[in-house]
Amino acid sequence: MKKEFRESINKALHNPNLTGALGRFSEAYSASRIKAYEGIDFEALRTRIAELKSYAASHLEVLAELFTGNAEAKGARVFRTNSPEKVREYILKIARENGVGSVVKSKSMASEEIHLNPFLEEHGISVSETDLGEWIIQLAGQRPSHMVLPAIHMTKEEVADLFSKEVNERLSTDIPRLVKVARSRLRTKFLNAEMGISGANMAVAETGSIVIFTNEGNARLVTTLPKIHVAIIGIEKLVAGFEDIVPVMTALPRSATAQLLTSYVSIITGQIPNTDGSLKDLHIILMDNRRSEMAADPKFKQALQCIRCASCLNVCPVFRLVGGHVFGKIYTGGIGTILTAWFDELKKSEEIQSLCIQCGNCKEVCPAKIDIPDLILEIRRRLVKEEGPSLTQKAIFSIVNNRKLFHSTLRTASVTQKPFAKDGLIRHLPMFLSGLTEFRSLPAIAAVPFRDKFRRIRQPKLKEKAVFFAGCLIDFAYTGTGEAVMSILNKAGIEVLFPDKQTCCGAPARYSGAYEVAAQNAMDNIEALLIEDAGYIISACPTCTVALKHEFINTFESLGNGEWLPRARKVSGRATDFSTLLKKLVDEGRLTLKKGEHAGKFTFHDSCHVKRTLNVHGQPRELLKKAGFELVEMFESDMCCGMGGSYSLKLPEISAPILQKKLRNIREASVPIVAMDCPGCVMQIRGGFDKEGTAIKVIHTAELLEQHFE
Amino acid sequence: MRAEAVNSEVHRFSSGGAALDFILQFLRKEGITDNPGAYAVWADCRFLDRFDRKQLSEKVPGLKFDFSRETAAESRIGITQMDWAIANTGSLAQNATPVEQRLASSLPLIHIALVATDKLVAGMPSLLTKINPTEIGYMAMITGPSRTADIERVLTIGVHGPERLIIIFVDEPGEQMKAANR
Repeated sequence: MKKEFRESINKALHNPNLTGALGRFSEAYSASRIKAYEGIDFEALRTRIAELKSYAASHLEVLAELFTGNAEAKGARVFRTNSPEKVREYILKIARENGVGSVVKSKSMASEEIHLNPFLEEHGISVSETDLGEWIIQLAGQRPSHMVLPAIHMTKEEVADLFSKEVNERLSTDIPRLVKVARSRLRTKFLNAEMGISGANMAVAETGSIVIFTNEGNARLVTTLPKIHVAIIGIEKLVAGFEDIVPVMTALPRSATAQLLTSYVSIITGQIPNTDGSLKDLHIILMDNRRSEMAADPKFKQALQCIRCASCLNVCPVFRLVGGHVFGKIYTGGIGTILTAWFDELKKSEEIQSLCIQCGNCKEVCPAKIDIPDLILEIRRRLVKEEGPSLTQKAIFSIVNNRKLFHSTLRTASVTQKPFAKDGLIRHLPMFLSGLTEFRSLPAIAAVPFRDKFRRIRQPKLKEKAVFFAGCLIDFAYTGTGEAVMSILNKAGIEVLFPDKQTCCGAPARYSGAYEVAAQNAMDNIEALLIEDAGYIISACPTCTVALKHEFINTFESLGNGEWLPRARKVSGRATDFSTLLKKLVDEGRLTLKKGEHAGKFTFHDSCHVKRTLNVHGQPRELLKKAGFELVEMFESDMCCGMGGSYSLKLPEISAPILQKKLRNIREASVPIVAMDCPGCVMQIRGGFDKEGTAIKVIHTAELLEQHFE
Repeated sequence: MRAEAVNSEVHRFSSGGAALDFILQFLRKEGITDNPGAYAVWADCRFLDRFDRKQLSEKVPGLKFDFSRETAAESRIGITQMDWAIANTGSLAQNATPVEQRLASSLPLIHIALVATDKLVAGMPSLLTKINPTEIGYMAMITGPSRTADIERVLTIGVHGPERLIIIFVDEPGEQMKAANR
């Protein structure tokens, strides 16, 4: 990771206004979004949007033709091109032919994508952004930091300074007054401009219409007052039919700003009258800029379903901390990373893709059903394929891929860590490793790994057998979780098998884009885990469970390895997370929780993979309540804790503040216990509380329940 | 209710005459005079058919029916008749192809929007099935006044468009108000 990139992250993290305004918006967003969607079947709606946009992405050529024909029949002129340069030249030509000296613009991401403003300015044409946020950004000579809220990183003081300079008058920081100043200043520009440039949120092939959403009303003026209107539209904005407007119109304002509808929606079909009675010169530019290539890519085609609501930014635990400038490009956040990789180039996304912690929040709220985390992994995979893994990665993977070496390294570490370990935690590390323990203590590596403990535990011989997949953290750090799982399963009449040849689940390699390494891990594990008479493969680590259930298959599919797929599917069919199995065993009466206990209050942290990939949410809560614990929900219980596997090692500066928010939310629940289903989250949260000296018990659900069965 | 939730002001009158009285009184109260910045513009509409425009202009000097964009830009109030009202979002919709409709509803500080009560539809889907987009050059939907939250996320009303939207439902005569504009 380059120094400049780290510096830009640190700059953003230390900008109190950015973290303040963005953080507050992001924290309020989830609840207001849910309220805006009241009475609407979100799943049905987004399925409809995904279908109609996916259809459009598969038929770009046909729809563009149809749109062109229909719009031109109504007097518009349609220009199609793949090249950003040709878009700029075309607009300049129209401007020159009509003696245009000044242009007013309403928001258009496509125009930002092709850096239109500086180009026109260089050619002597003055350009005014009229969206208030965009205008502020233009006056400040900056880039938007958010697709919908471009100036969210700026304070009213900074805005007052900018406006004061613009109008030559010392203005106060009174926001309504500043807005009035913008209104009157821009009103003159509207009335004098010879050309209006807009974007569009949709282009309807069936009718040749374009659809524009705004709140400020600037697009109405841009499309009404100047005699020339140029609309720059990315071809992914095409939809087939007029009725396709409704689902997008239903989702876009709700997902973007939690509004039922923006103040203004304009549907423009063909030429309309000007104020002098003439007909408006309407130019519609359908810009490709690699979108057709994207549509032909089986993985990335779905990114064209995006309706640019930016909800993926609003729910992102990383974006709410660093904002958009860190992304360095026009499109920011999760979807922005993907668009940058295409509209710019893959290499440009190298650093920003590493910001993704893979929590899956964005995927859950995306109104176009885009699997953003998966596409970011795909970018990682392609980067590693093109450029190879980094040296550190190579070193780590060469160990991880050799189980014996990997395990003996961990055993050695348990001895060498001794000077630093106390009560099972490492609080300080020397020299270059010190950053790792700056914001949280790390667990000490167990003196006796679970695989050795397992052999010493005497189990009854039972008819039903299940394989236990420990995963690295339970095997080498939290052995107690493994013991709890065993003891509970034994009580249910299940004997636990522990194949010694099981190794790392491959998640670290996979999340770094090293799919070949992940595939080797998968093969080793499949060989070890498929034991004939064991019906279940149980894991108490959700990252491992996700690997067993989904990612072995996905990795083989991505690599085109068909040979291992049947066995990977077999593993997937048998794999289950501990809470789901436990709930089932309790429901079937094979396990009974002790009755009438008052075990005290607890709060529950939903780990990303548990909640959003395995869809496990209620099970552990119900089990704990049945065992006599009283649940107190915390704020944002399903927000990431900042662990993200090796993420917390690569980007500790981001991991730490995400953890701080989580710790605060747990503390504010005012309970003595926080339970969770993931040893990775235990490591992060327990380490965080240890570091700050808070005496809240951080514990895996299995361990918390262990003593509560009959 | 939905319209008021987005800061619109909603009134309902049983007759066109009552609505007109309210409007004239409102224009006077808002200080409409025949001076730049204090005009009111009223875009051509069916509602006006039964009234004598000249008389109205005499009653409120500064109220104009034939206007340029310069006049609209110097107006405090703009009045238009909308074609539909949409219940579930509190929106109004209008075929705004004639340019004066757009000028009167976007340039002044206050927009008075007349709409026939029987033109209220349940939601956007039912509206979009009623219209033929190829016959409408500029379909305008309006939901509350102009708004922004671009400075520190503080909601501020009235950026480029009107800062007040006053919706007036008129119950009768239905037939006369059916098609808002010619």
